[in-house]
Amino acid sequence: MDNKESVSGSVSLMKSLMEEGTDTVFGYPGGQIIPVFDALFDYRQKLKHILVRHEQGAVHAAQGYSRASGKTGVVLVTSGPGATNTVTGIADAMIDSTPIVVITGQVVSPLLGTDAFQEVDIVGISQPVTKWSYQVRRADEIAWAVAQAFYIASSGRPGPVLLDFTKDAQVAMTNHHYEKCTSIRSYLPVPKIDRNSVWQAAELINSAQKPLALVGQGVEIGRAEQELIEFLEKAQIPAAWTLLGASVMPFDHPLNKGMLGMHGNLAPNLKTNECDVLVAIGMRFDDRVIGDVNSYATQAKIIHFDIDPAEVGKNVDVDVPVLGDVKETLPAVAKLLRQADHDDWIESFNTVNGEEYDKVIVNEIYCQGEHIAMGEAVRIVSEKTDNSAIIVTDVGQNQMMAARYSKRRFPRSFISSGGLGTMGFGLPAAIGAKIARPDRTVCLFCGDGGIQMCIQELGTVMQSNVKIKIIVLNNRYLGMVRQWQEMFFNKRYSETPMLNPDFVKIADAYRIKGRKVTKREELEEAVAEMLEHNGAYLLVVDVEKKGMVLPMIPPGMDASNIIMEK
Amino acid sequence: MNTNTQTLYTVTVYSENHVGLLTQISNIFTRRFINIESLTVSASAMKGVHKFTITCYCDEKLIEKLVRQIEKKIDVLTAYCYVDDEIISREIALFKVTTETLMANNAIESMVNRYNAKIIEVNSLYTVIEKTGGKAEIQQLFGELEPFGILQFVRSGSVSITRSKYEHLSDVTMC
Repeated sequence: MDNKESVSGSVSLMKSLMEEGTDTVFGYPGGQIIPVFDALFDYRQKLKHILVRHEQGAVHAAQGYSRASGKTGVVLVTSGPGATNTVTGIADAMIDSTPIVVITGQVVSPLLGTDAFQEVDIVGISQPVTKWSYQVRRADEIAWAVAQAFYIASSGRPGPVLLDFTKDAQVAMTNHHYEKCTSIRSYLPVPKIDRNSVWQAAELINSAQKPLALVGQGVEIGRAEQELIEFLEKAQIPAAWTLLGASVMPFDHPLNKGMLGMHGNLAPNLKTNECDVLVAIGMRFDDRVIGDVNSYATQAKIIHFDIDPAEVGKNVDVDVPVLGDVKETLPAVAKLLRQADHDDWIESFNTVNGEEYDKVIVNEIYCQGEHIAMGEAVRIVSEKTDNSAIIVTDVGQNQMMAARYSKRRFPRSFISSGGLGTMGFGLPAAIGAKIARPDRTVCLFCGDGGIQMCIQELGTVMQSNVKIKIIVLNNRYLGMVRQWQEMFFNKRYSETPMLNPDFVKIADAYRIKGRKVTKREELEEAVAEMLEHNGAYLLVVDVEKKGMVLPMIPPGMDASNIIMEK
Repeated sequence: MNTNTQTLYTVTVYSENHVGLLTQISNIFTRRFINIESLTVSASAMKGVHKFTITCYCDEKLIEKLVRQIEKKIDVLTAYCYVDDEIISREIALFKVTTETLMANNAIESMVNRYNAKIIEVNSLYTVIEKTGGKAEIQQLFGELEPFGILQFVRSGSVSITRSKYEHLSDVTMC
């Protein structure tokens, strides 16, 4: 702990970040944050700064960093446009519960409210999409504000926090003294466990003949992967996962029955409307998971494990809410569970999923068509990395294909923009993930649309030597929208065909090795080359232009309306 | 908005006295397209703690969700919602009429007495009448005064107190 010493606000900020264990900051300098960057210059050995090419990239990189490591990501940008450029990433972190602290510069406090150069009310703008947003106007507040920010961002249901530092606060002198924040009287991060609901949940599960667990990112955030497995195994509950819960369970666990939702697997979606007890764990019943709310699991009793009381009953009526940290609530309920045997029920998932395999999957991942299929490319990358890579995705067909056809052996291995569906998320998020976990292979799947939304971050890959593997599934369309146009808009392909640049040449301009594959015969060898290359690599795979993600439950409909074939 | 099928709810919120919280709370209503009927904010009995009293037409399920969203805000200590039976609510209204009409006959003065209102200022030009009461009562007085000509009228949002013995804030551990 520091004793009191007189330092500038900017130095106080550096010291505060160090106290919170920050070792990496994603940022971009500018006029109103120069004093902080000046202080950073003296701390650059301990506090690695990754210079991005656009502030949105900084936030997505911090998100990727956080999702891969579990640590709080930190962003450092200037005022005005620098601050507004972070908003998309902040909103993404909010809806996907990712802990990040975004530090913005601000004009000197006497100029606040005067439309000064590069002044914007970023606290006001960011309030609806942050967990907490605060303007620091005095250097004396810095240590306190940073401590609050990290505590709020990382505790309970995590989320983004924004701290807006006026320039005068950055330069004024202060007696720096840091104390970690451990509680805030108006904030209860983890609800107290209600013994009665624990008991009720256990009773319901013990009485179930056909239980089904829905697993979300909450389990990963709560680091309760092991507790989950013990819980499921004891009562023999088959489980399905949401998009953000894709790496919570190992792919080969016998109780892992696949993905939920609009493009999820057949068995978990159909069985949701067949089970007698539905056990939702750290997931929030997103509309892309539930479809038609009025016919969703109406036959089942629903148990909902969550840390956020506002989620209970928000989208779906719940019979037994189990509030609290899953790391504690799962074992508490598991203790009361009886060993059960649901072999026939569990086996029935395999039969239904087998039907999907024969009708959809086999044609996608072992495609015989003229062109390479998206799922085929995903399968090969997954196999060649022994299903052990961190998979990052952009948004759209590439994302659904990556979720469906890559396999995850380890937790925190699937990073995707779920709630907000932010195109452009993938490339910077992959950069952040690789920086957090240099020991692991990071493979990014993106489309030709999404890569171009943050393509400038190839500059970050170059400058910071981030050894990510970028796979562009190039169908020369905004594929997911094209798919909807084909299915629901009479094949009127309004503004979805894309004339693309030569991605390999672009990569080359950034000194990143690249290769384009058009033929199936080259694909395996090209993927092998990409993985063997010691450095970043961009692999463009020209895929079937009219590829579709199937099965698909049309929006707002129930699982019985599932579309299996084109 | 069809208010016929909906109930008037009173939401009380206890919060830290921090800048910007009002927007955060009102945004929760805006997102769900709920119109705030009235809103008052003031210091509570506890030092540093502010109390919001918000009324809106809503259905039961939604108001419960809104209250949980409000409570989720970091600077909010706690929030509750009530229907009219559970609380005692009052508004204050001020009416300005010409002193000439007041003097013309006894009608206005007797109205003031009947409604338990007060004349709080009289000068040669105008007279100000103050009425504290329920929303309906104030509306009724407005209706009776209107034929005489009202120069100005203003009413506050409602403030409420629960019919339970204790202030709910005592549930919250103060540290």
